[in-house]
Amino acid sequence: MKTTLRRAIVPGAAALALAASLAACGDSNTNTAGDNAPADGGSALSGKLAGGGSSAQGTAQQAWMAAFQGDNSGVSITYDPVGSGTGRTSFESGAYSFAGSDAFIANPSDEYTAAQKTCGGDPIEVPSYISPIAVVFNLKGVDSLKLDAKTIADIFNGTVKKWNDPQIASQNDGVTLPDEAIHTVHRSDDSGTTQNFTEYLSKAGEGAWKDEPAQTWPSTDGLSGNGTSGVITSIKGGEGTIGYADASQAGGLGVVSIKVGSSYNAPSAEGAAAVVANSDLDASATDSQLIYDVNRTDTADGAYPLVLVSYLLACPTYADASTAAMVKGYLTYIVSQEGQQAGASAAGSAPLSSDTSDKATAILDKIAAK
Amino acid sequence: MSTGSSLTPPPAVSARRGRLALGDRVFAASARGAGLLILLALAGVFVFLLIQGIPGLSVDPKEYGQGFETFWQYVGPLLFGTIFISLLALIVAVPFALAVALFISHYAPRRLATPVAYVIDLLAAVPSVVFGLWGGRALSQALKPVINWLGDYLNWIPLFKGPASPNGQTALTAALVLGVMILPIITAISREVFAQTPRLNEEAAIGLGATRWEVIRLAVLPYAKSGVIAGIMLGLGRALGETMAVTMVYSSSPKYMLNIIGDTSPQTIAANIANNYAEASADKQHVLIAAGLVLFAFTFVVNFIARWAIGRGERKLAR
Repeated sequence: MKTTLRRAIVPGAAALALAASLAACGDSNTNTAGDNAPADGGSALSGKLAGGGSSAQGTAQQAWMAAFQGDNSGVSITYDPVGSGTGRTSFESGAYSFAGSDAFIANPSDEYTAAQKTCGGDPIEVPSYISPIAVVFNLKGVDSLKLDAKTIADIFNGTVKKWNDPQIASQNDGVTLPDEAIHTVHRSDDSGTTQNFTEYLSKAGEGAWKDEPAQTWPSTDGLSGNGTSGVITSIKGGEGTIGYADASQAGGLGVVSIKVGSSYNAPSAEGAAAVVANSDLDASATDSQLIYDVNRTDTADGAYPLVLVSYLLACPTYADASTAAMVKGYLTYIVSQEGQQAGASAAGSAPLSSDTSDKATAILDKIAAK
Repeated sequence: MSTGSSLTPPPAVSARRGRLALGDRVFAASARGAGLLILLALAGVFVFLLIQGIPGLSVDPKEYGQGFETFWQYVGPLLFGTIFISLLALIVAVPFALAVALFISHYAPRRLATPVAYVIDLLAAVPSVVFGLWGGRALSQALKPVINWLGDYLNWIPLFKGPASPNGQTALTAALVLGVMILPIITAISREVFAQTPRLNEEAAIGLGATRWEVIRLAVLPYAKSGVIAGIMLGLGRALGETMAVTMVYSSSPKYMLNIIGDTSPQTIAANIANNYAEASADKQHVLIAAGLVLFAFTFVVNFIARWAIGRGERKLAR
């Protein structure tokens, strides 16, 4: 019996030894990379920076990384568009130096405490990506519709069932609406887009939307698609469908102009940025947080209050100077006018207003090494 | 060669036997190591699910979303959906798989049987995400007329109650895709056991004047029964855990319903985890892992019952 046991253990021990030696190799590699601190005084950043999170920011992050790495050849940044929730968890555990998230970490919450612990101080949260959400539909011969928030809410809660319902027809003189069923399409995955869309319906829908704003679509009826592309595929695949998606992905589909004040506005980057600029900071915001309670009932000229605001999360202090300098440099670039324009042309997002951009820069300026 | 020399082996042979004994030991040890390691891995997965999943049983009810108040309310429809969609896939795949396997082992001429078997095996190598894309974009569009027809004329059957989905991304489409995906597993195993039917049994049946179908019914199928069931169970296992195909093909929600051609159909546990994990908060992640634990336990029970059924069949056969 003794020998059998030994026979069983030997290969396992060998495998462990091998794994340990491999891990040791890995460690030494990381160390050399991490020790490449700026040698020639400040401006030359170098090293590796890992971040990730919001997939909405994914396309813009690609553009930002390309531009920033072009200017700082020693820096290698990775952004994993794994989703906001996973991004926040990885940031809170310290695996990511920075993260993108469609929802800010509210204070107080368990996540906020975890982030505080990892960062050794109040985490920094600044807006980086503003994007209008379009209500899109597939209806033969109709390219655009005018709808107020209450009608949109009634369509998505199932009260308005047909395309020729008087509530739709009364707002769309001269449009031929078919006597066909409306099929709503929602996101099957938890999503910041759903959160912002339901928040809009809940605040602007004049009571027609009963559910709390949430990342998860509240109802189990209707069509669904996985991710923005899934929703778009689902809408393109069948007539009589209506859904919501990032406005940059709405190509080829009918787009709803939503009622703002007394006019109907189509989704636009300027309208989205204007709404964020007109919004108050969230009541819980600390000095290091630029988080907005988006004004969903904004009636300003040209405003488009159906908008998604995505944030960057960072720590006020980092253990090593190189990481602190890189995070500061990269995030400052993202919120700068130059970075915002790069994001807008790559992803169709709305650039931050210069005022918002300045406020974000001031907060990011505080990032320092321990 | 004299008789004396054959009684005592020459030294060369005994030396080789010594080497063999060493090789034997190494091989036995590594085989045993592999066996134990896989048990360890499985136990590791189970412990992970348990530790990460238990907190998910008692989170703030609003984490479950969609009006569910307890974990069991939340996971119930998902478990139902998992079983429902998998059974539909089996209904699609099993008759096909058995027919294909019999064709390869008993009907097709050899020069046809080999390429057909090869192509079916190739089907198993297609990544599930490719099946997902194909099902969600191509097959669903192609099935639209079928779905409309079912909704118009067969809507008295609960499965086809309708109203028909406008874009064909239905549970029916998903069941067909899933059926194609599990087909190669069931076919491959059934083919092997069919081919191993004792020649004498088949010849005896032919000798009694049986037709080819009667040979299959009297000699091949009873002999192969437990092997075929094992193949079906492996296929069911794949269907229960399949993620990408069901996530990408049809529009789903966690609810109890039988309609498979409507706007929405029951969601599976795997699809629910894949859909929601990326954006989930820490608490919701625990909930999803707990749902994974439920699937793990359920798969375990299904396999356990299958083993028991096969074992019982074999014992009966041996008697």
